[in-house]
Amino acid sequence: MIRASVGAAFRATLKRDLLISVKRRNDILNPFMFFIIVVTLFPIGISPESAMLRQLAAGVVWISVLLASMLAMDSLYRSDYEDGSLEQLLLSSQPLYLLVFAKNIAHWLVSGLPVILVSPLLAYMLSLPADGYLTLVASLLLGTPVVGMLGSIAVALTVGLGSRGLILAVITVPMSVPVLIFGTLAVQNSLAGGSPLGYLALLGAMLAAAVSLAPVATAAALRITLN
Amino acid sequence: MTENSQHSRPLLQVRALTCEREERLLFRDLDFSLDAGQVLQVKGGNGSGKTTLLRIICGLNDGYQGELYWQGNALTEHWDDFHAGLLYIGHRVAVNHVLTPLENLRWSCRLHDPAADDDICGALAEMGLAGYEDSPCYSLSAGQQQRVSLARLLLSSARLWILDEPFTTLDIDGVALLEHLVARRAQDGGAVLITTHHKLDLPRLRTLTLGVAQ
Repeated sequence: MIRASVGAAFRATLKRDLLISVKRRNDILNPFMFFIIVVTLFPIGISPESAMLRQLAAGVVWISVLLASMLAMDSLYRSDYEDGSLEQLLLSSQPLYLLVFAKNIAHWLVSGLPVILVSPLLAYMLSLPADGYLTLVASLLLGTPVVGMLGSIAVALTVGLGSRGLILAVITVPMSVPVLIFGTLAVQNSLAGGSPLGYLALLGAMLAAAVSLAPVATAAALRITLN
Repeated sequence: MTENSQHSRPLLQVRALTCEREERLLFRDLDFSLDAGQVLQVKGGNGSGKTTLLRIICGLNDGYQGELYWQGNALTEHWDDFHAGLLYIGHRVAVNHVLTPLENLRWSCRLHDPAADDDICGALAEMGLAGYEDSPCYSLSAGQQQRVSLARLLLSSARLWILDEPFTTLDIDGVALLEHLVARRAQDGGAVLITTHHKLDLPRLRTLTLGVAQ
């Protein structure tokens, strides 16, 4: 019997999820638009003074990114659960955590990456000094995949529930707080003239831990959910 | 594995399988085996545990007591071997609505046996879906979506097929086609475990009825 190779199954899953997202444009557009709207409201609601906004910029962008990724997470695994594709994923002879990892990457590419790409523009709108752009993007690049993979565990646990409402955020947000703290600290530190590398290294360590552990936890959570 | 040992050991063996769900006993001390070339139809009323039984065997449900063997080996230690030789089609058909039949099958084949696009199109044509390869699945009827899912049977080299109510949305031609496929799989040395209320007309058909006094 010819067995599908692990790499082929990984690529096929990645490609399939990207294709689904491209065809269902809402999955990409909703979090992206939400992010832009939330960030735009801050200067209107608080103060258009750039001295004030500068203080808030890093935190505002990071919090908005977190909220946007909560919104994006809702669609992860749901249609696969409803149409039975998750069962097929579990019954594949390929390692489940790799297939889950492929889904996580696809999800981040369509929901995380566009938000990161537009973040310097919004940071400019919030008068973040130019020194902070690079650190902001770097911290988001390291931090958002961690949030996404933590969220993936929570989604896997709750996807079987009919109406989950806020439960997803209740599980994911507390786990994401360290990412938020180090992400904003990195930006503030580089604005204060210090080196952000220490905080970025911490975010990198979190990413390494998330990549190696979160897909395993998600796989286990999916098995429990489908039981 | 030699021909000889394949014949001496049943493909799938179930021993003393007991399942309780929500404090209700679904079945107790269920014993059966499935040899290569056999078709086993699981019967029983609604809620008698047919789907649960199939999901337990697939490894999707672990709320059971008892032992399962795949080609003589304990299933719990050989999931990968078992899953490589298994094709399961549940009543949720695993067809994504925004993808086309071709894209759906490309992915599900990659999870099991890789298939070329030509083979997939051939299988779709055999299932009566020629011309629908590139239409999004949301534009297909429920029966057609079921046929997309069943096209995987044609592309699979799995020895054991587990089919949960595969006839529900099929028309008369579809039913005849599926019966033919099931019979052919059994002839080719595979085995099929199937739940249906439909009256199957197959040689060497065995039945297992759940939900009767035990």
